[in-house]
Amino acid sequence: MNIPDPLDPVAALNAAHPDAIKDTKTFRDELTIIIEPQDVPTVLRYLRDTPGLIYNYLSDISPVDYYPEYDRPARFGVSYHIYSMLYNRRLRVKTFVEEDEPVVPTATTIWPGANWLEREAHDMMGIVFDGHPDLRRLLMPADWDGHPHRRDYPLGYETIQFSFNVEEIMKHKPFAKE
Amino acid sequence: MAEMTAPTTGPTTDMSQWQGSLDELRGLVSDRAMTGETMLLNMGPHHPSTHGVLRLLLELDGEEVVSCLPDVGFLHTGIEKNIESKTYEKGVTLTDRMDYLAPMSNNMAFNLAVEKLVDLDVPPRGQVIRVICLELTRIQSHLVWLGTHAIDMGAMSVFLYCFRERERILDMFEMLSGQRMMGSYFRPGGVWRDLRPEFLPALEDFLDYFPAKIEDYEKLLTSNPLWLDRTQGVGIIEPDVALAWGVSGPSLRGSGVNWDIRKAMPYSGYENYEFNVPLGEHGDVYDRYIIRIQEMRESLKIIRQAIDNLPDGPFRSENRKFVPPPRTELGQSMEAVIHHFKLWTEGFSAPDDEVFVAIESPRGEIGCYIHGTGGTMPRKVRFKTPSFMHIQAIPVMSEGHMIADLVGIIGSVDIVLGDCDR
Repeated sequence: MNIPDPLDPVAALNAAHPDAIKDTKTFRDELTIIIEPQDVPTVLRYLRDTPGLIYNYLSDISPVDYYPEYDRPARFGVSYHIYSMLYNRRLRVKTFVEEDEPVVPTATTIWPGANWLEREAHDMMGIVFDGHPDLRRLLMPADWDGHPHRRDYPLGYETIQFSFNVEEIMKHKPFAKE
Repeated sequence: MAEMTAPTTGPTTDMSQWQGSLDELRGLVSDRAMTGETMLLNMGPHHPSTHGVLRLLLELDGEEVVSCLPDVGFLHTGIEKNIESKTYEKGVTLTDRMDYLAPMSNNMAFNLAVEKLVDLDVPPRGQVIRVICLELTRIQSHLVWLGTHAIDMGAMSVFLYCFRERERILDMFEMLSGQRMMGSYFRPGGVWRDLRPEFLPALEDFLDYFPAKIEDYEKLLTSNPLWLDRTQGVGIIEPDVALAWGVSGPSLRGSGVNWDIRKAMPYSGYENYEFNVPLGEHGDVYDRYIIRIQEMRESLKIIRQAIDNLPDGPFRSENRKFVPPPRTELGQSMEAVIHHFKLWTEGFSAPDDEVFVAIESPRGEIGCYIHGTGGTMPRKVRFKTPSFMHIQAIPVMSEGHMIADLVGIIGSVDIVLGDCDR
């Protein structure tokens, strides 16, 4: 079988889709390509289908919240960890979305397996995946408020009870009163 | 009461107490379910053959599965969220509890990610001890899988034999860490303590004892006509479909895709061991069974090589910026006291950046994504777990099959709900 030589993903993407790549970064030998949210399906499809790249396996979709202070372009980052079985290398495609409009086009059109990964990101981080066939909550109950993995979502520790705050605590205890 | 279409065919039921609405299922099940032509059936979350708390909403046409909607989240414990408020070393304890049948694999993924994030090396002895533990974990996880899978299919005795052998492995884990299952034995920089003197003899005993037991399981199942009838040609998944759905590990190799992260991207010195990666060709339940049986043999080979080449030296990194000093040093060195205090109260800092590490757990690819804050606690920890992807793929494998085969299919992809829900 004739396997084409591996291509540099950054150079290949720049040639095929100029302006798609906003930034690149390498940390501990992991290459990250940063793109705009609306480019996600085009870039992922290009990386999957181009001979010499063939990133054919979607390992993970990992959202991250940079709340409260950040030097990133926006509050939420969404990373697509893709893997090429042919060339045995990994790549992270990352995009940033703002808090008031956390919308990324869906990747389920490229990998059907992105379905639950996106549902979980939606459930836990409140990212909206535009065009997703069935964007319901996955792990939390359907009527749950908020998105637990956001950094401003409290862990829910019990407040330590002292004599001065005992009444305040009793007010919001769940057991029946009187 | 919500409005709904009364069933026109099928069994008559008293719908006067019905509170919900079928409308929310529109688009998820076929339209025939709306008229009552097919039956909607809840399987689980307390069904024994779902290996935990998995609920499947099945749409059945007679005995045939028309559609299958997995519902997960019953075992969600917020482990990823909790690690965000723990130092990196304390986070290890929680990772044990995700995939409770392969705790060491979770430890490994988390520790590798932490080590990569802070650029910490593991000494050779620590790496070899880790490999021994990982392969023992693989065997014990496959034993639980084989036992429960066989009992689902009606073969009771295999279950008892498997658990008998598994107990020996758990005893060895207890020698290492003091705990049978949730040992938290791997720590950033190596392992918690050195091998106990009684461990290696026990392991040698096990290596002599276990190969014959694998033969026994194979005698009971591999060419058993009942087993062949139930497993061959059932739950077929084509290689390209499996890849698209994110299936990994033995379930992917059952379809003939040669991808084992231990070979593809070796970690912890796996490149130094000689072993085969068994592959299937049909992608059915039977192939996935054969592969796991073979993997147990390959694991024994790896353990054999690891014992023969076990190096001397430290079992954990001696970089005191990340690894607390042993207790014996505390009485003699002020420096050690300072390091001990700093590491156990504050912990070590990691850069404000991200890493993704994936390893081959008994079930498949388990990936760990860690984003540091520059401080001592992570900003985000995320685990990509194989069971999560496999449960998602169950409908692909099961549609069109009989409901009795569904039980075999769920068993064959080896799911653990703690692994899925985290």
